[in-house]
Amino acid sequence: MQLILAMQLGDLLPWLHGYGGLLLQGVWRTIYVGLAGYAVGLIIGLSLALWASMGGSWARRGIYFYSAMLRALPELILIMLLYYICGDAVTWLFALLGFGHIEVDGPVAAVIVLGLASSAYAVEIFGAALRAVPLGMVEAGLSLGMSRLTGFRRISFPLMMPVALSGLSNLWLMVLKGTSLVSVVGVMELALAAEQGAGATKAYFTFYATAAAIYLLLAYVSQRLFRRLEQSLRRDQEAA
Amino acid sequence: MNWSWLPEYAPQLLNGFVVTLLIFSVSVVVGFVLAVPLALAQIGGGWLTRKLAHGFCITLRGIPLLLLLFLFYYGLGSVLALSPGLREVAPWLVRLDAFWYVLIAFTINFAAHEAEVLRGALRAVPRGELEAAESFGLGRFTILRRIWLPSAVLRVYPVLASDVIAQLKATPVAFVVPVVDLMAVAQNVLQDRLLIYEPLLFVAAIYLTATFLVLKFSALIGRLVPQNWLE
Repeated sequence: MQLILAMQLGDLLPWLHGYGGLLLQGVWRTIYVGLAGYAVGLIIGLSLALWASMGGSWARRGIYFYSAMLRALPELILIMLLYYICGDAVTWLFALLGFGHIEVDGPVAAVIVLGLASSAYAVEIFGAALRAVPLGMVEAGLSLGMSRLTGFRRISFPLMMPVALSGLSNLWLMVLKGTSLVSVVGVMELALAAEQGAGATKAYFTFYATAAAIYLLLAYVSQRLFRRLEQSLRRDQEAA
Repeated sequence: MNWSWLPEYAPQLLNGFVVTLLIFSVSVVVGFVLAVPLALAQIGGGWLTRKLAHGFCITLRGIPLLLLLFLFYYGLGSVLALSPGLREVAPWLVRLDAFWYVLIAFTINFAAHEAEVLRGALRAVPRGELEAAESFGLGRFTILRRIWLPSAVLRVYPVLASDVIAQLKATPVAFVVPVVDLMAVAQNVLQDRLLIYEPLLFVAAIYLTATFLVLKFSALIGRLVPQNWLE
């Protein structure tokens, strides 16, 4: 269904010599790999930040080390390393459990890899935002008999999100651009689709310029969405 | 772990390291020099200059570096090769090595990022500081060189330092075009010897060391920044 739709929509890009469908499929893949990877990164990042805020000094040190190592490595090398490690680990695990040989699907591995890579930045963003929540607010909630989970859900979370948002918006743009890096391990997304179309038709400039324009459009639209989200999160605050 | 390939590839790795180092240092230095007029154009230029400079920065920051490299080397390269008459007028331009495309792509990418940082920093310098310089009879260029720019750079020094590290971490992407940088040599080992983790871990260790050194160096420079000059 998806494929047929993409092929038909491909006619909207007539200057791509019939490869418009391939490119649109790549766009779709870029969007969902990016969004899923971002979601995974945010979930891991938030969990680790909460753990660091509650846990002892060893948990804090471990999490800091995790985040620092992942952020010190170049994204490309990190993505390649994690991609192979993730593939080998899952294959090994399944063989161990007796399911026989299994290959990890490229996009699934890409989501995990992008999720792990972005989680290192998400920890920092959420950690800083959590520290910006006044302790008294949380203690007031606890003293009223709220459980820690309810306290987080109704007090810390709403207070930390406006602080975290600009960092999260930057992180999303990083992940969006980072999706192009998984093309080097052969995951079919926008950059690889453009490469294949360009190689087949020899119209290199047309394909790469179109792909670049699509990335720009995605970045522009998501920035507008983030700005709107920020406005709605800060609607209680005085307009500066 | 199999490290028997290391001695054989050592000279290539060294060459690759020099290429990577060149891409990094040239793009940072030239990119920063280009960022100054780009930032100034967005602050003081006329309507058209302002829009053009802003559009240039937005465009370059929205495109992934990998795609920018493709666009420059394969895209622009093929357009140049096919344009009639250019082969006679400027044969060197048609046969331009991938290294130069990489250098240009990395440089303008860094310039676009830093122009954005500098734009905010230059705006943040109090008017009084500039007016004081003007009243001393300093020329516009002298004010920029001795007052405005230093004051702006000191304000955003940590951001600049972290952007330089980000640029270092971006350099392995260069291997997607035919440039033999450090990552490309690792990729060769990967394909020739069918090893995955060893070459990647080796390059990762070099990048970690380099990142650490740049971090230490920037902290060293950062300590030279006077602590309470803003008051």
